[in-house]
Amino acid sequence: MPTVGKSVTRRHAVEMAMGRALYVDDLQMPGMWHGAVVRTSIPHGRVRRVELSQSFDWNRVVLADARDIPGRNCVAMIEDDLPLIVHDVVKHVGEAVMLIAAPTRDLALEARRHVKVEYEEWEPVLTLEDSKAARIKIRGEDNVVARYEMHKGDAAKGFASADKVVEGTYTMGHQEHIYIEPQGMIAALRDDGVFSVVGSLQCPYYVSKALSIIMSMPEDRISVRQALIGGAFGGKEDYPSVIAGYCAVLARKCQRPVKIVYDRDEDIEVSTKRHPAIVRHRTGVRKDGTLVAMDIDFELDAGAYVTLSPVVLSRGFIHSAGPYRCDNVSARCCAYATNTAPNGAFRGFGAPQGLFPIEVHMDRIAEAVGISPLEIRRRNLLRDGDATVTGQVLRGSVGASAVLEAVAKRSRFEKRRKELAKSRRKNICKGLGISLFHHGSGFTGSGEAVLKGKAGLRLDADGRIAVLTACTEMGQGSHTVLPQIAADHLGVDLSCVTIETPDTALVPNSGPTVASRTTMVMGVVLGKCASQLKERLFAFAAKRFDADAGRLSFKGENLMSGKKTLMPVSGLVKAYLAEKGALTIIDHYELPPGIHWNDKTFNGDAYPVYAWGCNAAEVEVDLDTFEVHVSKIWTASEMGRAVNPLLAEGQVEGGTVQALGWALMERLVMKDGHVRSNRLQTYIIPTALDAPEMETILLELPFEYGPMGAKGLGELPMDGGAPAIANAIAHATGIRICDLPITPERLYEACKP
Amino acid sequence: MTFAYNRPPNIPEALALMTASPGTFPVLAGGTDLIVQWRSGIIKLDGVIDISELAQLRGISVTDEGVEIGALATHAEIAANGVVAQRFPSLATACLSIGGPQIQNRGTIGGNVMNASPAGDTLPVLLAHDADFLAQDLTGERWIPAREFFVGYRKTALKPQELLTRIRIRMPDTKERGSFLKVGARRAQAISKVSLCVRGRIRHGGVDWIKIAVGSVAPTPIRAPGTEALLTGKVITDSMIELARNSLADEVFPIDDIRSTADYRRFAAGGLLARYLREMTSRA
Amino acid sequence: MQTVIKRLKINDVEREIDATPEMRLLDLLRSQLKLTGTKEGCGEGECGACSMLLNGEVIDSCLMLVGQLKDGDEILTVEGLGDVDHLSPLQECFVHEGGAQCGICTPGMLMAAHALLRKNPRPTREEIATAISGNLCRCTGYVKIIDAIEKASQASKAGKVRKGKG
Repeated sequence: MPTVGKSVTRRHAVEMAMGRALYVDDLQMPGMWHGAVVRTSIPHGRVRRVELSQSFDWNRVVLADARDIPGRNCVAMIEDDLPLIVHDVVKHVGEAVMLIAAPTRDLALEARRHVKVEYEEWEPVLTLEDSKAARIKIRGEDNVVARYEMHKGDAAKGFASADKVVEGTYTMGHQEHIYIEPQGMIAALRDDGVFSVVGSLQCPYYVSKALSIIMSMPEDRISVRQALIGGAFGGKEDYPSVIAGYCAVLARKCQRPVKIVYDRDEDIEVSTKRHPAIVRHRTGVRKDGTLVAMDIDFELDAGAYVTLSPVVLSRGFIHSAGPYRCDNVSARCCAYATNTAPNGAFRGFGAPQGLFPIEVHMDRIAEAVGISPLEIRRRNLLRDGDATVTGQVLRGSVGASAVLEAVAKRSRFEKRRKELAKSRRKNICKGLGISLFHHGSGFTGSGEAVLKGKAGLRLDADGRIAVLTACTEMGQGSHTVLPQIAADHLGVDLSCVTIETPDTALVPNSGPTVASRTTMVMGVVLGKCASQLKERLFAFAAKRFDADAGRLSFKGENLMSGKKTLMPVSGLVKAYLAEKGALTIIDHYELPPGIHWNDKTFNGDAYPVYAWGCNAAEVEVDLDTFEVHVSKIWTASEMGRAVNPLLAEGQVEGGTVQALGWALMERLVMKDGHVRSNRLQTYIIPTALDAPEMETILLELPFEYGPMGAKGLGELPMDGGAPAIANAIAHATGIRICDLPITPERLYEACKP
Repeated sequence: MTFAYNRPPNIPEALALMTASPGTFPVLAGGTDLIVQWRSGIIKLDGVIDISELAQLRGISVTDEGVEIGALATHAEIAANGVVAQRFPSLATACLSIGGPQIQNRGTIGGNVMNASPAGDTLPVLLAHDADFLAQDLTGERWIPAREFFVGYRKTALKPQELLTRIRIRMPDTKERGSFLKVGARRAQAISKVSLCVRGRIRHGGVDWIKIAVGSVAPTPIRAPGTEALLTGKVITDSMIELARNSLADEVFPIDDIRSTADYRRFAAGGLLARYLREMTSRA
Repeated sequence: MQTVIKRLKINDVEREIDATPEMRLLDLLRSQLKLTGTKEGCGEGECGACSMLLNGEVIDSCLMLVGQLKDGDEILTVEGLGDVDHLSPLQECFVHEGGAQCGICTPGMLMAAHALLRKNPRPTREEIATAISGNLCRCTGYVKIIDAIEKASQASKAGKVRKGKG
């Protein structure tokens, strides 16, 4: 009985409901101590002196600083510019200056209160605009972390042929993940010399690689395991390597396991956030609404170190032209350094910053040419056979039109817009807005080819077949969905399949759990592994049980010879293990044929395939206070194949409400380089009363090179909520706000006399 | 140093502790403000005086004159009380707007009042209803009217050795209509950016009398006597509403802070008043 | 260090605890009693991950001190909802309706929902949303959590539990 397409119960759901799911802070180890980090309190300058107060007994704790790092003082990522512990130059508030380990957390925090750091302060660069102006240089001569260009056709000619040119500038602020479980890690040096780490993390191999450099140890002497984690959304992609470094250095120094779990304020202040962005559009359009030329400037605030910014920049840049056809494009992008904590991965990874501007801009264009927001998108959306902004010719699984029409129909878009406009009461006005968007599945360009993400299948002693992957479960359902895919590839019942804990000692390097790649990439590799596994098992069975290999197959829980049941799958597995000892098949991902990408010209096939989405948002704006309430959101998501529809809906609904938060209320307040909104009381995310009613439509246009046709889904839902809401507010009030978050204060400022 | 956790079994012992070293140990009621301030480092705590044993501070009683609410009555208890819900709906609404269910089950009206944050949601309600606050110390007790109670930013008229025991609100006229309105950053778990309690008697579209109290626009909750006078005796028309809106904007003194701006608060205070006036005259 | 002794009923079992009065109830549960089902998300009473029931009322255990407890107080945590072999109808619905994604908010949500259903066995969706308005979730967008609680309110008859699956 195939399970792909069925809403089988989530793995671990029962433990979660019983309170038995174990997260990092639930774990204890014998002799474990707790770590705390002394952090810089200035955004730019130099450490002059670290002073330990005499009124504390320092024998009760263990201290470590940059000198205690056995390997390199660097958290390896794209560049090696991120120090684990500050030695001299300070580039943002919250860098580690010293580490403290103590028998209890309270004692570690008490010790921290008795450390004083003296600085020489330099003038900081605190905003994107300041960095661009480069009056103060904090990186090279121009503060640039990365820049790219993208050209298609002849933009000058395109503009010349336009009937109208529409301009707009769009700004977006930080967004903080607020996973309900703060960052946490435990590191311990085992008696056999292996450094064992368990943590709240998305990418075990990122951490083992970073630790091998910090601790100067070969990677196979480092075992990194993911615990069950309480949310991540990208915030636990690269940042955990930093905490792992702290724990490892302390564990080595005090010869004990060390756990660090962040306080919420610390987490908000120092961990990565969504890149703030400024995007400028200049668009040439014919009077029938056809896009003829696009000029785009896409700028991000990277923070103080490079980390992942070049990749966020490139993905955001590629998505900044929207899911539209335009033959003439001239675009530039740039990520600038500032003296703030490095920004990083957050669901969407640049695409929300690319799609908010273009989707609000499309409504602006619609207004300029007198066409409805629905119609302008109909006329310009990408169809099968069209070329994207990077010149990628789309072949199959193009759901742009399908999602748009599904939402238009379900929300009765045009009719409802007219009704809402008429229903305007004196103090509450209502509006309906739409957004159309896409999200590339998998790494940009040649990323997947370079990575060669691996997965495996292993015969287990209990008779089951285990999926081996370093792709982690973080609530998105990967550890439910991948066994479903494996089971179907094998032809067995789901009960015959299990999945191993993501521990670098036990699973191959699948690449990170990011980029909406897990289902698609791992699913394909598991298909390859399943074929090979079946071949081996059937060859064994044929010999051992004197059967005809050609007639063997799996059905449900059994091995069949033709229509005859030979034995349970578990029996075959155990028989194989008894005779041969072990069997693990590992294979790696290869891009579909014909994918070509040019990193220099930003031209070619940016992604193997895209997922497509459409949102319609209905809002109520109270003109007495400019409070905005989103009463309903319709979503349609075209994802190739919904491996588990219930879990897919959950992803869509969750991502959409995160987008709502970014759109309306998540304002990270910084002053002089310090995060002021560093508590859940001041950094505001939606509650159940803020969440809208939702109608969630899943559409499937199977992708030829996806497992059972599946593409990526995880980030798509984040991409369209904000512009749909902004467009709805514009419809309701006539005020078009182009800056996120759209707070009541902003709305008021926009229309006060 | 050992944390001095005091839990006096009766009022005299509580008062004795408070008199022995006035202001040394804060009074602990529900803890939903105090414990947050302690854990976030805003205040240092070496001990507390836990007053949860003081049974006389619990409960809500109805008399001919009005309602007496014990300082230890929780927001949930107050909102669930039938008399409050019916005769003081603005108080019930205010209590239900504080935090969420968890906070409402532990937070007390006494704590909200003594914390005296200008954003405290019960404060404008108590001010608009001319509530009286009973303060007790070893020498006796005294009633303090609301107008004299909130003396400064997080400061009340109580002396350090005085304990707030009860709050008395006169029963409103049956024809009176009262509302509590609040603007927060989201629909629950939100500190108010601006809050308003308005009560009045409106007859045939005209204002017999009106009382307006505003929160989060000054160091203390404040009344708006100018706007009250402007509206008294007037018929509520669209232009009257506009005048009242502008008048209120001039009577409040908000600041820019992490939650909002002074400009917006001025505007929203007027907006909430406009909403009340419209609702009272069904001008939706 | 001075400690206090309290005789409590925790998940229906009489227990005597001995702890400093300024210890948070959350830490008593997690560190001393090893009931780690109740989680810490913020420590300031905003996220509700530490929710449990005290004498039938849902509260944030991060904002309660041990010293505030009284002899005879009854505490219910997520571990006390079902039992070793059986999930409560509410827990079952969370499992089957997609109410849990990463699961970190789930214990708190269950406690808030349990408190609601005890008082209001047939809540509207608005009442459910209000009852969980003190519990933050970042994964689900709340839709399937409300679905699960609504389903539990429709399915459950007093005292009946079904064997857990999955």
